[in-house]
Amino acid sequence: MIEEEEIDILLNDLFDIYGYDFTNYSRASLKRRITRLYGLDKFPSFAELRYRVRTDSTYLRRFVEEITVNVTEMFRDPLFYKCLRAEVLPSIAAKPFIRVWHAGCSTGEEVYSMAILLKEANLLHKSLLYATDLNPEVLEKARKGIFGLNQLKQYSENYIESGGTKDFSSYYTAHYGQAKFDEELAQKMVFSTHNLVSDRSFNEFDLILCRNVLIYFDKDLQDRVLNLFYESLSPLGYLALGAKETLKFSTIQSQFKPMNKEKIWRKID
Amino acid sequence: MEENRLTPPCRAVVVGGSSGSIEVLLHLLPALAPRVPLVMIIVLHRKNSSDSTLLDILALKSALPLREVEDKDPIQPGNIYLAPADYHLLLEKQQLFSLDDSEKVNFSRPSLDVTFESAAEVYGPALVGILLSGANSDGTNGLTAIKKAGGVTVAQLPETAQAGYMPQYAILHTVVDHILDVAGLIRFLNSLE
Repeated sequence: MIEEEEIDILLNDLFDIYGYDFTNYSRASLKRRITRLYGLDKFPSFAELRYRVRTDSTYLRRFVEEITVNVTEMFRDPLFYKCLRAEVLPSIAAKPFIRVWHAGCSTGEEVYSMAILLKEANLLHKSLLYATDLNPEVLEKARKGIFGLNQLKQYSENYIESGGTKDFSSYYTAHYGQAKFDEELAQKMVFSTHNLVSDRSFNEFDLILCRNVLIYFDKDLQDRVLNLFYESLSPLGYLALGAKETLKFSTIQSQFKPMNKEKIWRKID
Repeated sequence: MEENRLTPPCRAVVVGGSSGSIEVLLHLLPALAPRVPLVMIIVLHRKNSSDSTLLDILALKSALPLREVEDKDPIQPGNIYLAPADYHLLLEKQQLFSLDDSEKVNFSRPSLDVTFESAAEVYGPALVGILLSGANSDGTNGLTAIKKAGGVTVAQLPETAQAGYMPQYAILHTVVDHILDVAGLIRFLNSLE
């Protein structure tokens, strides 16, 4: 069992040595992740874990990837995607150029889902999807666009429930238990590391998706990140959060108008 | 010498269940009349859809205000909170909830163990954990954590559960203070102080 003070020591090390700032992450979840990894990698003591993190930069990459949550799926919450199809995309369709930011994209399943929506709305050719995450490892996976075939049945059902009418398997090639998604989709994606805690706005977007990322931040950090999104949205741009995330504790709430039941807001001033 | 109390002062109750537990809650929630304002947190294995039917049914029956948790909602005594589908529900020391969509635990998200363990850290001996009907072993490790932190553990009497496996597993593998049928659960909750 890792003590509260030991977590503090570890977080200090991560910041001092590597510049990763996890101090404003949700403590309950972070502690659980660290305790889980501590058991998984069979450290005999906290001191051993600390030494490894401080001195082994290869292990550090694993540590950061494991304590952050990288669970994602294609077309998660299909009704959310249905709302994107029916309401959001038509309202930005007239723009000469569409910029989308997936903040905290993890292994990219949502980015590929979005590219499929844009393609089906005949907008992909004039769109660019910026996909960022703080983990270089997951971005490498995202860039490849290869997902496990065992998940594809669920993804295909989600796709249909989201209003998709094509044969979902037309978007990928199956090969040795894996599905490689079409290059055409990936060509419109830009992958880059970006840390929501410490990095600034880098462009202006018509739609920002940041789903199930803010749940891992405390309220102060959530507010800072939501302000970053506000600065990064074009006038009347859209912000999409996860199913149980909210603007209600944030200082920017009054600058956004909720769309409907799904967690999508429109910047109004 | 201080008199031994049957139950220590209680600030929060976590209730967990799987198949067959909704029926129990439909009996229990209307009959709740706690002597002191408690926090009650309900974690159920449920389908991962955005369907609000379960929330509607429970809220309709509940004698106390019942709502589904959103991320960072404050934890306030006198309220009943339902864990949302497809997230683990965690508690922060600052008396608020955090959600977590990491890997399933015991094939479940939400997992009873995750919430029970987190609540045990926050409430220590002032917590009661109740395990209802269900057909998997989720919740037993959570009850162990509650017991270890000095809290009180309760399981539904397996013979009265639609699926007795879950409470039975806990009775066999951890220390359960009270084993109660539904009427007993209601009496127990209404006598907490």
